[in-house]
Amino acid sequence: MYRYDEYDQQIVDERVRQYRDQVRRRLSGELTEQEFLPLRLQNGLYMQIHGYMLRIAVPYGLISSQQMRMFAHIARKYDRGYGHFTTRQNIQFNWLKLQDTPDILADLASVQMHGIQTSGNCVRNITLDEFAGVAQDEVVDPRPYAEILRQWSTFHPEFAYLPRKFKIAISGGKEDRAAIYAHDIGLAAIKNAQGEVGFRVVVGGGLGRTPIIGSVICEFVPWQHILTYVESILRIYNQYGRRDNKYKARIKILVKALGIDEFRRQVEADWADLKDGPGTLTSEEINRVASFFADPAYETLPDHDSKLNEFKADSRSFSNWLSRNVKPHRIPGYAIVVLSLKKTGNAPGDATAEQMDFVADLADRYSFGELRITHKQNLVLADVRQKDLISLWQEASAQELTTPNIGMLTDIISCPGAEFCTLANARSIPLAKLIAERFENLDYLYDIGEITLNISGCVNACGQHHIGNIGITGVEKKDHDEWYQVSIGGAEGNDSSISKIIGPSFTFHQVPEVIERLIHVYLRERFEAESFIDTVRRVGHAPFKEHVYATDFAAQEDEAADKHVVLPAQYDVPYYSPRF
Amino acid sequence: MNMIIKNKAIVADDWTVLRLQEQETPESVIVAAGKVIVPLKVWQAQRAALQDRKEIGVWLASDERPEELKGDIEKFSVIAVDFPKFSDGRGYSIAFNLRARLGYSGELRAIGDVLRDQLFYLQRVGFDAFAPRPDRKIEDVIKGLSDFSEVYQTSFDQKLPLFRRVQRKANEAASS
Ligand code: HEM
Ligand code: SF4
Repeated sequence: MYRYDEYDQQIVDERVRQYRDQVRRRLSGELTEQEFLPLRLQNGLYMQIHGYMLRIAVPYGLISSQQMRMFAHIARKYDRGYGHFTTRQNIQFNWLKLQDTPDILADLASVQMHGIQTSGNCVRNITLDEFAGVAQDEVVDPRPYAEILRQWSTFHPEFAYLPRKFKIAISGGKEDRAAIYAHDIGLAAIKNAQGEVGFRVVVGGGLGRTPIIGSVICEFVPWQHILTYVESILRIYNQYGRRDNKYKARIKILVKALGIDEFRRQVEADWADLKDGPGTLTSEEINRVASFFADPAYETLPDHDSKLNEFKADSRSFSNWLSRNVKPHRIPGYAIVVLSLKKTGNAPGDATAEQMDFVADLADRYSFGELRITHKQNLVLADVRQKDLISLWQEASAQELTTPNIGMLTDIISCPGAEFCTLANARSIPLAKLIAERFENLDYLYDIGEITLNISGCVNACGQHHIGNIGITGVEKKDHDEWYQVSIGGAEGNDSSISKIIGPSFTFHQVPEVIERLIHVYLRERFEAESFIDTVRRVGHAPFKEHVYATDFAAQEDEAADKHVVLPAQYDVPYYSPRF
Repeated sequence: MNMIIKNKAIVADDWTVLRLQEQETPESVIVAAGKVIVPLKVWQAQRAALQDRKEIGVWLASDERPEELKGDIEKFSVIAVDFPKFSDGRGYSIAFNLRARLGYSGELRAIGDVLRDQLFYLQRVGFDAFAPRPDRKIEDVIKGLSDFSEVYQTSFDQKLPLFRRVQRKANEAASS
């Protein structure tokens, strides 16, 4: 993976110094909270229910074992012993003190990390296909471009005060695993007919209040020009994006208002001036950065280990794990292992300091000292020898990281929701838990097959509910209950779509039954191996809607209800935020 | 006299910035004698009278286009860009376009909600003069110019990206 040179280190160190002084000025009253706010946000520091929340960038989801250990250290020293991995491949700590944050950032800088631009109206941490560099279907390794764009966007002077946040995602495989159509800019690294590398550039996607699938602005931007092309998009957005209403300030609204053709015309007029100028990427630079992503010292190994097959026949749990959580690798004899952070009862994406130290150890012993964070809030060991899979599985099982549910209904994506977020209408994590418990039976889970379920505690869509096959959104709190909308038909990837709401909203305790009913209709309607999303697309919403609303929901007894929503001890907070 | 930051130093300044009061119109407002930085609209309305002054300045609001000054650029001793709120970032692109696209080479001044923590970025896109918000100590504000000593990307101040300026190390451990 990429390692800082003296320039990168200097820039990050100077940032820590600058931030330390800003905190000093804030604490002395020299800066008002209003003035301090964008400064702290641009270092990833939010004010949340329990105090300050720090979001740390994991550049495009790649992390070394040493960096992971630093997270464990921060969790122990400054937080409550755990952290939360997010859908944007970052990590958040929820219980920090403002005075500690300069030291935390200094600790992070010592392992080449920071919270720069993880928040605020600037270009955010760039997200990437979590299997970049190892996927069998890879067309172009996008990692060097992700790093080059990271550097380009870091402290870009012109684009630090955009109308709104700006998110870029990059994919490099035949299948889009980075949800590029749901981002402000999505880049698909591709090759043209001549075999030259470039990018299909998608713009104006986004979720939140107004979910929109991005439009293609250019089918092929040669790699040399990608920085200047992105610069022109940002310049047009910076000048013309709406600033009068923050709900209409994202680039998607501008692209929609102008139409993609007019937007393209303006971008290309700006770009004409930059094209072939000094901002153009050089092959020296791409080769230099690519050298950091060169193959590790892979051994020559046979594909398919015979011991594996024997063990597989013996152990059903192992074979389940193998078929769900282990993905094919482009190098024979190797495999990609997804460590599930979705054990039933766990808050999706949460990991304890012990687990972080433990996975760092696993990475050192089994995967060249590197890990990845997925946008589905799991962890990945990308380069595991197939012959190590049995021992890896045994060790990881002891730490409850092998729940064989990747891509299944209980691999739920969830935002932090009401326990942590001041914007929430309802809780997300306890609902994820309740649903996961309902579908714990593996035979049932596997019968249902590939499906995505996403939960957001409000319309902001941090849980990306619009692109879940099933999406759940907290809409309001009334009559001592929380209410959720349920939608179906969303998808990410090459065939992205936005889900549609099935009808009137449900209470917290009704939601699992609603999911059960949706699944019932799917199992009834499906053709052979058809997936949930394909069935929804074929038969439409009507049969689902009809069945879900056909019968009343059983009244919920309070005691039974509470039994289900007790959170793991570390949460030690009331079920409802103080706001309620 | 007002103090401003100009060419990285604190200096006295005798320009006044004309801001229209509610009842005033660009056509009727009286532009005082001496060194005045007028709103773009006033310049456009009173061009005939103003263009013969020896020294005149103009300022752009964040929603105005620098292209409106095309052809006139040479007439101004100073062009200012107003930041109604420091978080309104349009002025950065206005400055970049004035410098890089319209070729303006005179004094480019940031006015309005101009604070220490924005100065580094402001100077990068082409501002060389800053009139900090009056409630701030100018000696503190000027420190913002030197927050960082290195940058990655091109902008107006730095024509070459870092990768074209210095020899950066590749990964020595690369196995292939
Ligand atoms: C708890 C603190 C958080 C706050 C206050 C917060 C706030 C927001 C807001 C206001 C939006 C809507 C932006 C817009 O529509 O313009 C948003 C979107 C989003 N956030 Fe968060 N968020 C938080 C945590 C998270 C977490 C933990 C994740 C990942 C698990 C996340 C991932 C996202 C994503 C994926 C989007 C949607 C992308 C889009 O807007 O197009 N956020 N967030
Ligand atoms: S979706 Fe809403 S409730 Fe959930 S984290 Fe985002 S802002 Fe908070």
